[in-house]
Amino acid sequence: MSPAVAGQAYLQIRDVVKDFGNGSVAVNHVSLGIQQGEIFALLGSSGCGKTTLLRMLAGFETPTSGQILLDGLDLAGLPPYLRPINMMFQSYALFPHLTVWDNVAFGLRREGMAKDATAQRVEAMLKLVQLQKYAKRKPHQLSGGQQQRVALARSLAKRPQLMLLDEPLGALDKKLREETQVELVNIIHEVGVTCVMVTHDQEEAMTMATRIAVMSEGEILQVGPPADIYETPATRFVADFIGNVNLMDGTVVVDEPDLVEIDCGYCRHRVGHGITGNVGMAVSVAVRPEKIRLSREKPEGEVNQVKATVRDRSYFGSFTVYNLELEGGRRLKVSESNVERHRADAPEEGEVAWATWPDTAQVVLTQ
Amino acid sequence: MSRPLATSFFDRMHAHPFFRKHGRKAVIVVPYLWLLIFFALPFFIILKISVQDMEGVVFQPVAKLQDGVASLVINFNHYLFLLQDRLYVQTYWSSLKFAAVTTFWCLFIGYPFAYFMARAKASVQPALMMMVMLPFWTSFLLRVYAWKGLLMDGGWVANLLVALHVDDLLLAFDLIPAAGKFMNSPFSLTVGMVYTYLPFMILPLYATLSKMDLRLLEAAADLGATPWVGFWKITVPLSKAGIIAGSMLVFIPCIGEYVIPELLGGPRTLMIGRVLWDEFFSNNDWPMASSVAVVVILLIIVPLALFNKYQAEATEVRA
Repeated sequence: MSPAVAGQAYLQIRDVVKDFGNGSVAVNHVSLGIQQGEIFALLGSSGCGKTTLLRMLAGFETPTSGQILLDGLDLAGLPPYLRPINMMFQSYALFPHLTVWDNVAFGLRREGMAKDATAQRVEAMLKLVQLQKYAKRKPHQLSGGQQQRVALARSLAKRPQLMLLDEPLGALDKKLREETQVELVNIIHEVGVTCVMVTHDQEEAMTMATRIAVMSEGEILQVGPPADIYETPATRFVADFIGNVNLMDGTVVVDEPDLVEIDCGYCRHRVGHGITGNVGMAVSVAVRPEKIRLSREKPEGEVNQVKATVRDRSYFGSFTVYNLELEGGRRLKVSESNVERHRADAPEEGEVAWATWPDTAQVVLTQ
Repeated sequence: MSRPLATSFFDRMHAHPFFRKHGRKAVIVVPYLWLLIFFALPFFIILKISVQDMEGVVFQPVAKLQDGVASLVINFNHYLFLLQDRLYVQTYWSSLKFAAVTTFWCLFIGYPFAYFMARAKASVQPALMMMVMLPFWTSFLLRVYAWKGLLMDGGWVANLLVALHVDDLLLAFDLIPAAGKFMNSPFSLTVGMVYTYLPFMILPLYATLSKMDLRLLEAAADLGATPWVGFWKITVPLSKAGIIAGSMLVFIPCIGEYVIPELLGGPRTLMIGRVLWDEFFSNNDWPMASSVAVVVILLIIVPLALFNKYQAEATEVRA
């Protein structure tokens, strides 16, 4: 199907740099390979260069250096209107003077597609996003969720080889966003189009993407499936950026096969999974709050434990977050799943409790 | 901290039951009163004069009660005369034609101007805006008069047009009386009117074009529209409100224009404003002059009503 050399990615971003010449480099030597059919998310806070990278794929910005290849074709010099790429814009950019039908047909008409073929394609697209009834409406007569679906239909109508999504659900409220995430992924899979999406919302990236690239200050820090990014972050920044984390600095004091001990002063970590280091090496230990258990009595047998005072407690319904104070004033976040209703032995604010975690819970980071 | 209640005069005024109930109406009444006194009332006076009989220089009353007989005399003769007389019909037609031609050229010159102004760097936009407004700082009469000097024999614009052989082209279209003679022709009149009314076209166009969401053009390009197609399919339709507003602001005053035809026009540029003046002050035929005026107002009110309708629709779309 694809003439690209086997083993090479469908979309190749090779050492791309974008320098706007205002002191900071928006995209700094980024290289990525994206496979056909993937939903790939560029995740980062605002100003990290993710949108600039997306705009370079669409053709609205020209890379200062580097190459972008789609299915073996170098996109350099191709203006946006000649690229086999369509974009779903942030807040949709629907044409306000055209009906839903004409919005979806806009791209097909530019191709010079025959009238009845256009009509068929538009009908099929509207059916896909379940908006047949709204074909005659203008965008301002639709709800946010419906506008989002028009934008999706419009960008899929031309059967793009690559679809770009710029904060696809950013304009929707939380409840609708969660529903739409799944729906959007289903439609994308049904059509089978390769997607690159940009988002600052990690939940959105996690639920929708097959792989995530975490970006910061124009550089890619880590690329991987959502679970890898969450469970084995490569750097302190990624660990801290994705989800909640307790980061503790310490030094390696014991280094044996299958066992490393790290002394953080107020607490000593035993790490049982396959890592090695040199004694005396400075490292950071990351523990996710939900991997820590909390009990009133000192537990027996647990290797990692620390005594703490409960400073405050926030109830979120499905889970409760405890903010603990360790000796020396350090803070530790613990998230307990509320499996039981009104659990009787839950530590109260001001009480002393023991936090424990298994020796497989930590991630040891060197940078 | 709670805000102290009704301290200032205006606070107390707003709190007063009369203003709570009628405040909105009170605000609207002022402009309506203005329109009533300075537009509706004079209009009805003119309307009355236009159907009045005259005996010598004395107006005869429209309605009178004499010997127990109430009589109503409405004289439509002037209107009938207006419609039958070739000169009047031609003058109306010619006024509409010059107004339309002026509107076309203002749009043709003003649209690109407003477009590049709206797309210029934000830092230079105020300066460009200033350049559009600057002519208003000099008397309108003076500026129109200046064109006389520029276009008459030996004027440098006239010399330039001759050097570029534009006069041959204008002569071919029968817009000037003879090669090298530009004054008192349809050409000089059009130049003066386009020059005068151009800012009224540019300002509303600039207002709509500068508000346009440029991402829509990106979306169009993304969907395969070249910049040229994007301009015609997106930019022009979305600036429709500005095109209509600008065209009305140029077209409507152009119909009744008196000063520019007086200064730059000639025997072949009959305009209704000129005829009005002559009827009132040269012929002293007030009923005739009033009939001409009423028809002009009708000619203006119809486009105005259309304009308001479109304006309302445009606001509805944006809401």
